[in-house]
Amino acid sequence: MAQYLLLIYREDAAVAAATPEKTQQVLKEHMAFQDRHAAAVLGANALHNTDTATSVRADGSGGFAVTDGPFAETKEALGGYYLVEAVDLDEAIALAKDLPDDFGGGIEVRPVRVFD
Amino acid sequence: MAPGVAPDPAVAAAVADAHRREWAFVLAATARVTRDLDLAEECVQDAYARALTVWGERGIPQRPGAWLTTTARNRAMDELRRHATLRRSLPQLLVLSGDPAPGPAAAGEEFPDDRLRLIFTCCHPALAEEAKVALTLRLLCGLTTAEVARAFLVGESAMAARITRAKKKIATARIPYRVPPADELPERIDAVLTVVHLLFTTGHTAPVGDDLVRRDLVERALDLARMLRTLLPGDAGVAGLLALVLLTDARRATRSADDGRLLLLAEQDRRRWDHAEIDEGLALVREALRPRPPGRFALMAAVAAVHAEAPSWQETDWREVVALYDLLVQIWPSPVVALNRAVAVGFADGPAAGLAAVDELAAEPQLAGYGYLAAARADFLRRLNRTAEARLAYEEALLLTGNAVERDFLADRLRELDQEGPA
Repeated sequence: MAQYLLLIYREDAAVAAATPEKTQQVLKEHMAFQDRHAAAVLGANALHNTDTATSVRADGSGGFAVTDGPFAETKEALGGYYLVEAVDLDEAIALAKDLPDDFGGGIEVRPVRVFD
Repeated sequence: MAPGVAPDPAVAAAVADAHRREWAFVLAATARVTRDLDLAEECVQDAYARALTVWGERGIPQRPGAWLTTTARNRAMDELRRHATLRRSLPQLLVLSGDPAPGPAAAGEEFPDDRLRLIFTCCHPALAEEAKVALTLRLLCGLTTAEVARAFLVGESAMAARITRAKKKIATARIPYRVPPADELPERIDAVLTVVHLLFTTGHTAPVGDDLVRRDLVERALDLARMLRTLLPGDAGVAGLLALVLLTDARRATRSADDGRLLLLAEQDRRRWDHAEIDEGLALVREALRPRPPGRFALMAAVAAVHAEAPSWQETDWREVVALYDLLVQIWPSPVVALNRAVAVGFADGPAAGLAAVDELAAEPQLAGYGYLAAARADFLRRLNRTAEARLAYEEALLLTGNAVERDFLADRLRELDQEGPA
């Protein structure tokens, strides 16, 4: 088995514009996804909008530059993630396809590096 | 073999023949044992090298493919035993098809041939298009990195990096080594067919270079299409692709004149088309067109079939060609398909209708910089005697092709215009 991170990208604007009903609906769909794949899901979290993000990067002379905003400013921003276990990439892709389709964007599937 | 002694020519020929025919089979069968593409390749290369010596001493085996597979697998087993401890700590690179693998994979594994697993691995949607093509040439056709680089006119080190990156992704992301389950097969086979078709079209009219046709690529694509047909005999998409390749390739010998000049379909000597290829292609088209709606390769093959069956350019059934393109545009709304349709309209309904259809596509961003759009416009304008505009369009087309034979053709057309009409 291998581990994959399913990174959920969303359009911030679509998230911000969502009605409370829509938000509830998405939450319910994620709960259902977690029930369907309880054996594969090792961890999951939703993230606050990117306007709450802070970036910290080394300034090259021993200090840090702390700035407002996400590391990369794009229309589609990281909105949450699942850590899942799968036999191979096809199984991880199948999980990604089964995720609720909520606020635009899409899923990035990344194998997790294991050090041993 | 003693150093400096050339191998027996009969043995060398047998090894070369086995390389062409059996490489994919031997590599795929070895990869199933090693679960590691790099190790499999190394062992298979070694087996071919040993064949030169051993076959010279003991004679050419009855079944060269079986001999090579056994030799490569034995070497792989030795390597695996030697590195047993090391390998145990590494992730398994490929899912062994013989494993009683639980889960959705097991149900779809009804095609036993290792080569099918290998081609689906090389053409996995998680790989970039260029990586798919490079891996397919390397692993299924047995081309060296230098040869693959030459085929796509990139530097050898760039191609080596591309292949290494793709193999690393197969290993670390665990792209499975298997035939996709039945419910995914239609979309996954399409990626495979697309790669083989891309190889064929790149060879059929080389985008850059002095020769119109890259024979090596055309023949590799034909081999792959035939191999797929053997492995998936009931698949209409495969039948369509093989039909398309055969019906297009049947015209190869007549596409340029003795002096190398490009000959259009209208000028080709139809008696010299390869009629064995045409007959085979026509039988396959009928089979490929059976599903409703037919697939895109089947429809393209059907267009090629209309040309193949027409006794002459003048007697081509252009209405049928337009009707086929109408269907094709529906299932595959690509601007290039729309352009081909527009050209067919020009022959069915006259150059004014053709020009109108082409001009509708001028705003397509994907066709900006596509030389055939300018060439098609130029041709319709010439037939409408709008000489000055035709000249501009030919000049634009000339700037957009990197193929010397096509460039000469367009330059000839420009010269003809200069002789005919006023500036």
